[in-house]
Amino acid sequence: MTAMRDKSGRPVVVVTGMGVVTSLGSGKTDNWARLCAGESGIRTITRFPTEGLRTTMAGTIDFIPVEPFSSTDLSERLANIATEEAVAQAGIGSAGDFPGPLFLAVAPVELEWPQRHELGRVIGSDTEIDYDQILRVSGGGAFKKYHRRFLFGSVADHLAETFGTKGSPISLSTACASGATAIQLGIEAIRRGEADAALCVATDGSVNPEALIRFSLLSALSTHNDPPHAAVRPFAKNRDGFVMAEGAGALVLESYEAAVARGAKILGVMAGCGELADSFHRTRSSPDGKPIIGCVRNALSDAGIVADQIDYINAHGTGTPENDKMEYLGISSVFGERAKQIPVSSNKSMVGHTLSAAGAVEAVFSLLTLEHQRIPPTINYDVPDPAIPFDVVPNAARDACVTTVMSNSFGFGGQNASLILTREPV
Amino acid sequence: MTETSSRSKPIEAWITGIGLATSLGEGLDAHWEALNQRRINADEKSFAPYVVHPLAPVSFDAQIPKKGDQRQMEAWQRIGTYAAGLALDSAGVKGNTDILSRMDMIVAAGGGERDLVVDAGILNAEAKGNAAPGFLNERLMNELRPTLFLAQLSNLLAGNIAIVHGVTGSSRTFMGEEAAGFDAVRIALARIAAGQSDIALVGAAHNGERKDLLLLYEFGDFNLKEKFAPVWTREQSSGFALGSGGAFLVIESRAHAEARGAKPFARLTSIVADHARRKRPGEVTSTLESLWSKLGSRAEATAIITGATGAEPVTSEERAFLRAHPDIPVRATGTMFGHALEAQFPLGLAVAALSLSRGALFAPDDSSDQEIEMSEPPAQIVVIGAGHWRGEGMALVEAIR
Repeated sequence: MTAMRDKSGRPVVVVTGMGVVTSLGSGKTDNWARLCAGESGIRTITRFPTEGLRTTMAGTIDFIPVEPFSSTDLSERLANIATEEAVAQAGIGSAGDFPGPLFLAVAPVELEWPQRHELGRVIGSDTEIDYDQILRVSGGGAFKKYHRRFLFGSVADHLAETFGTKGSPISLSTACASGATAIQLGIEAIRRGEADAALCVATDGSVNPEALIRFSLLSALSTHNDPPHAAVRPFAKNRDGFVMAEGAGALVLESYEAAVARGAKILGVMAGCGELADSFHRTRSSPDGKPIIGCVRNALSDAGIVADQIDYINAHGTGTPENDKMEYLGISSVFGERAKQIPVSSNKSMVGHTLSAAGAVEAVFSLLTLEHQRIPPTINYDVPDPAIPFDVVPNAARDACVTTVMSNSFGFGGQNASLILTREPV
Repeated sequence: MTETSSRSKPIEAWITGIGLATSLGEGLDAHWEALNQRRINADEKSFAPYVVHPLAPVSFDAQIPKKGDQRQMEAWQRIGTYAAGLALDSAGVKGNTDILSRMDMIVAAGGGERDLVVDAGILNAEAKGNAAPGFLNERLMNELRPTLFLAQLSNLLAGNIAIVHGVTGSSRTFMGEEAAGFDAVRIALARIAAGQSDIALVGAAHNGERKDLLLLYEFGDFNLKEKFAPVWTREQSSGFALGSGGAFLVIESRAHAEARGAKPFARLTSIVADHARRKRPGEVTSTLESLWSKLGSRAEATAIITGATGAEPVTSEERAFLRAHPDIPVRATGTMFGHALEAQFPLGLAVAALSLSRGALFAPDDSSDQEIEMSEPPAQIVVIGAGHWRGEGMALVEAIR
C-alpha cells in the first residue's frame, strides 16, 4: 500500500469510519453477528394499525423510541446514531468539528398524518375541513416547529450542526440508489481535491401508513406476511416483492494520503463508482438490461479493473420478481459464465429494503465482508429460480477469500449506481 | 472521458443552453421582453390571502409530446420536464442521442404534491367520528391514485426528463429548498472543472400554486399575504409569494462546446456556498461577504441578480451586505418571478446568462432605491441566493466577448 494515487492519477479514497443501524440492531458488531447468523429483522408492524393492508410486516426499528413519531424524526435519529459510530471509529477531527462536507441520502420529506390530524383537531368538527381551513389555523407560530421539521433540508441541517461538517450540506435522493450516490459524491469531492475527508450518510425511517400504502399500490411489496421473517426471498422462485425497512449507514471517507498522515486505521478502499440512468420506464428497467450493464461497466472502468477481479457481489437483490431478474441479466451480461460461480448475496433478505439508506448500509456490510473474509447469506432461499442461476450463498454465511466487492443499487426513476470496494488500493 | 488530476487548472465551463418557463412566459425572447417591460404576473385572488405568481400558459405538448407521459406527472414535474426540453433545444442537443446518453443531470427538487381532496375527505370523516383502527389505511388504499406516488417522488423529475428527453449519462437529485438549487449547479460545475464530466443538464422546477406548499411555509409565517409588493419593500409585511416556474441550464466544458460548434450564452466561472447557523444577527451578512471574496476578481461592469426572498431576517441581512457594495446595479428575481425555492438560483443564473448574452442588464422593477439602472453592458453578473431559512450561495457568470 504505497500509491497515494490511483491508475488515473486521482487521490485514492479510503474508508476510516463506519456506522450502521438496521432492524437487526444498532452498530456494526450486532449487525454483523446477526447477518452472519442468517437472522431476519422483519417483523409484524405494531407501530400503527394494519387493518385493511395487504402487507403487514416491515423491517421497522422499534428499539429506538421517537415520540411523537414521524418518519423524518426517526430518519434523523438513525442518521445520528450511525454517524456517531462512524466518526468515533475514524477518530477524525474533534467533537462537533468534522473536517469535510456532508452528503446525505434521505427520503423525500413531507408533512405526515399525525400532523394533519393535529391540524384537523384544531379546526374542529363544526367546520368542513379543506386546505383553506387548514391554512387558516397553521400560521401565527402555533406550528412553527413543523416548518423546520418538514423542510427537505432539515435532517442534513441537524447533522451538519451536530457533527460540524463544513460548507453547504447536500441532501439527495436517487430513490433506492441514494445511499450509493451519497458515497459517490464523497468520492468525487475527494478526488477533485476539494476535501481530504467527507461524511457520507444515508438514512430512512419511512415505515408509516401512507408510505407503505404507496408501495403497496404499485404492487411492489411482498405479501408473505406470515411468518414475517420469511417474507424477503431474493432470487428465489417464490419471491413476491420487497419488504420496506428502516436503517442508516454512515461512512467517513478520506484521501488515502490524509488518512495515512494522521495514522488512521484504513478499513477499506472506495476503488470505483459508476452510474447510468435508464429512460425506459418510471418503475421498470429497460428489458435489454443495457442501463444496468452500462452502470456495472462504468464502475469497473472507474476502478480500473476488469470483471474477473470481482470476487463477491453484494446484490441490490430486493426480492421483487422484476429486480432480481434484471440484476441477473445485467450481471451475467458483464460477467459471462462466471456469473454462475461468483457469490452474489442479498443483505435485504435479512434487513429488508432500507430504501434511501440501502446503498450505504450495504456498503458498510460489504466492507465488513472484506474485513471478516466472510460472506453473509441470502436467507429464505428454499426454492431456487432456474432463470437466476446465481450462487446466492444460500441460507448460511460462508468463509471466503474476498479482496474486491461490487455493491449494486437500482431505483425507481431509472437510477442505477454501483460501487467497487477493495481491501487495498488497486 | 479522462478525469484530470485534482491539481490541474480548472477547465472552463460555458452555459450553452437555457430553458425558462415561468409566470412571465416561456422561452428567452418572451422573458427578455417581459423583464424589460417590467411585467409582473402576481395573483392576489386565486389563493387569497396568499399572493402567488402563476405559471403563464404553456403548451406542454411541445416538449412532452406523449399525453401518457404528461398524465404520469404532477404540475411541478411537467413544468420541469418542459423547461429541461427548452434548455436542450437552446443548446442544440435535443434528440442528439450521442450527447444525451453521456450527459450528466443534476436536478434540484422538492416533491410531494398531495391529493388535497383525499386529505380533506379523510380529515372530515375522522372529525365526524370515523376513528376505527385501519380507517386511514382503508381510505388511502382506496383513494390514492397508484401513480400519484411517482409524481411525488423527488427524483422523478429527473426520471421524467430521462424518459421524455433521453438524458441518461447520470441522474442525481438534490433536495433542500434554496440550497439544493445552488448546490446542484455547484457540483455540476465542479465536476466539469475537474474533468469528471463534459456536459450537464442542471436545473429545477417549482409549482407555487399549491396549498400543501403554502401550508409548509405558513407554519413559519413566511407567506406574503393580501397585496403584492416588490421584494425590497416588504418591511411592513415580510415574506415571499410562491412562484411557479422551471429553469434549466446546459453547462459544458468550453472544449466540448467548441468541438460541436455550440454558441455560449456566458461563462460560468465559479459557484461557492455555505451554511450559516444563523444564530446571531449579522451571520448571513458576513457569510455573503466571505462568499463574495471567494468568487474572485471583479471587473468594473458588474451587476448582481439575487434570489432574495423577502423573508426576514435574511432579506435585511442581505441588504446590509448589498449596502457594503454600493453602486452595483441589483435585480431581485423574487419581485417579478416570485419565490421558486429550489428553482430560484438556477432561475437567477438563467437570467444572468441571458442578460450577458444580450449585452445589457434588464430594467429595474422596484420603487425602493435598491435597484438602479445600468447603462453599460455587464461584463460580469454575480448571482446570489440566501435561503429563507438556511443556505447561502453565490455564482460568478461572465460575458464571453
